[in-house]
Amino acid sequence: MRTADMARLAGSAVTAHRLRSALTTLGIAIGIFAVVLLTSIGEGIHRFVMSEFTQFGTNIIGINPGKATTMGASIGIFGSVRPLSIDDAEALRRLPYVESVVTMVQGNAEIEFGRLQRRTTVYGVSPDFPQVFQFDVASGSFLPPDDPRNPRAVAVLGSKLANELFPKESPVGARIRVGGDRYRVVGVMEPKGTMLGFDLDDTIFVPASRGLDLFGREGLMEIDILYAENAPVDELVSGIKRLLIARHGGEDVTITTQQQMMDVLGSVLGVLTFAVGALGGISLLVGGVGIFSIMTISVSERTSEVGLLRALGASKGQILTLFLGEAILLAAAGGFAGLVVGWGGAWMINQLIPSMPVHTPLYFVFLAEFAAILIGLLAGVAPARRAAAMIPVEALRTE
Amino acid sequence: MIHLEKINRIFQVGDQQVRALNDVDLTIRSGEYLSIMGPSGSGKSTLLNILGLLDQPSSGTYQLDGRETTQIDDEQLARLRGRKIGFVFQFFHLIGRLSAAENIELPLILAEEAPAVRKPKVQEILHKVGLEDRAEHRPDQLSGGQRQRVAIARATITRPDVLLADEPTGNLDSVSGAEVIQLMETMNDSGLTVLVVTHDPIIGDRARRKIKMIDGAIVADTQERGDEDT
Repeated sequence: MRTADMARLAGSAVTAHRLRSALTTLGIAIGIFAVVLLTSIGEGIHRFVMSEFTQFGTNIIGINPGKATTMGASIGIFGSVRPLSIDDAEALRRLPYVESVVTMVQGNAEIEFGRLQRRTTVYGVSPDFPQVFQFDVASGSFLPPDDPRNPRAVAVLGSKLANELFPKESPVGARIRVGGDRYRVVGVMEPKGTMLGFDLDDTIFVPASRGLDLFGREGLMEIDILYAENAPVDELVSGIKRLLIARHGGEDVTITTQQQMMDVLGSVLGVLTFAVGALGGISLLVGGVGIFSIMTISVSERTSEVGLLRALGASKGQILTLFLGEAILLAAAGGFAGLVVGWGGAWMINQLIPSMPVHTPLYFVFLAEFAAILIGLLAGVAPARRAAAMIPVEALRTE
Repeated sequence: MIHLEKINRIFQVGDQQVRALNDVDLTIRSGEYLSIMGPSGSGKSTLLNILGLLDQPSSGTYQLDGRETTQIDDEQLARLRGRKIGFVFQFFHLIGRLSAAENIELPLILAEEAPAVRKPKVQEILHKVGLEDRAEHRPDQLSGGQRQRVAIARATITRPDVLLADEPTGNLDSVSGAEVIQLMETMNDSGLTVLVVTHDPIIGDRARRKIKMIDGAIVADTQERGDEDT
């Protein structure tokens, strides 16, 4: 049978029972709606989290003290962890492909200016910090390139802290106290916003070794390395590992490349999206059951029509195609309706709650419609086969 | 054109075997107009179904246009039905959601003819059965006689070799019934072989060749003036 004729015949059967077809279609529509909306939200969250993490750039390698593996044996003497020192950072700086090295220690301290006080997050960092984390200075300058072991007592304020402590005047050049010690403000950062709920603007930056003193820590919390765009990452990582093993006498650090982190994060979020999509898929399955039952009813109602078509020369294949086409038509129409509503719903959420991350990738749309058609096909196979297998004489006799 | 030899049709009903056709021999020539009459259960409908290739005999041979049909597969049977045989049923068997024209077009659609080829054929046959002004009406908007004329149009649009009518007037009043019979007779005059199965002796007697069946066997086969014996 010609495709156009097939579509017209199947279409006439669908439109002959408007309410019934509409309800059946609704089942699939709800399923597709759920899948599209849920995966849109999942994908939106995925993109949101990824962009939160990549705002610092992607060619960064993080080094943290301690080996992040679980071992069966007691850590004992092997477990001794040497602190990551500023000297380690200086040694890393000389490795090939390394462009900048940021030492990092973090804590809380009381900041005082005149009679104003504010407790805030203090980052003890090296002067490379803005370059590595794409964080710009708004006025003044960042920490000067002093001797990292004995830097001057200078500080750079986050934009929010600057506004709080210096509502009127410019803070650059002012004298403040950080945890009781006197510092001179040399600069103010650009606003950066928040990351996963942490306010990156309610902060103060001081030289790393002063940070260590301030918090009474022996070692750095993290060393971040910015490497050249075209660097061979594996080679670089093993170079870092060799250097630190030599300096520490054993492997006692964890090296994480930004790419690794992104990959892990991406796969976790991908699973999340898939899982919510699968939840929506359950309702799609229910819609498929609806098509199956309506097709079963339709086939028995039209037994004599099958007999007639067979008498007029229709082959079994043509009967099968006709009923399959009907099931697919129902499913495809439902899928399309669900897509429109689901996509529209995602768009509405975007408009009404801009902070809620929602994103519908185009391939999801095609995938969802394809899934609807596949479900229609599967739901239609058994009824259509039953219709095709009818004995013409008996089918004709049914009234 | 049609040649049946020792056709038997046995149905299994529960434990019992029912012999619906018993060694039936029948030859039908092209252009004949014949009726099959007989009481209920005499096997006339079974014979019609076998002639129409809707049913296969339990034994015997059936040659249609010189071709043996008892050995061929389902697909080929369907194609033969579509090409060579037209059916008219007591209950019309029109598809309610399609217009008269669409119902008539169905066999051509199943035969995968192109729309451009189909449309003029439908117009022509609508004209022939006098329903040009009813083409877009659905069956429930047509009278019984009109419905049966649509069914005859549908059965003959493929220019089949034989028109098989099973009680074509059984559901009609006498006026519409006579119209339907006249239409079939007109088609017979232009060369179509027509076979009518009926209870109604008035209808049956109009045929030039009359076959009487009882208990699955042909008991009488009479030819009218001019036609030679079988």
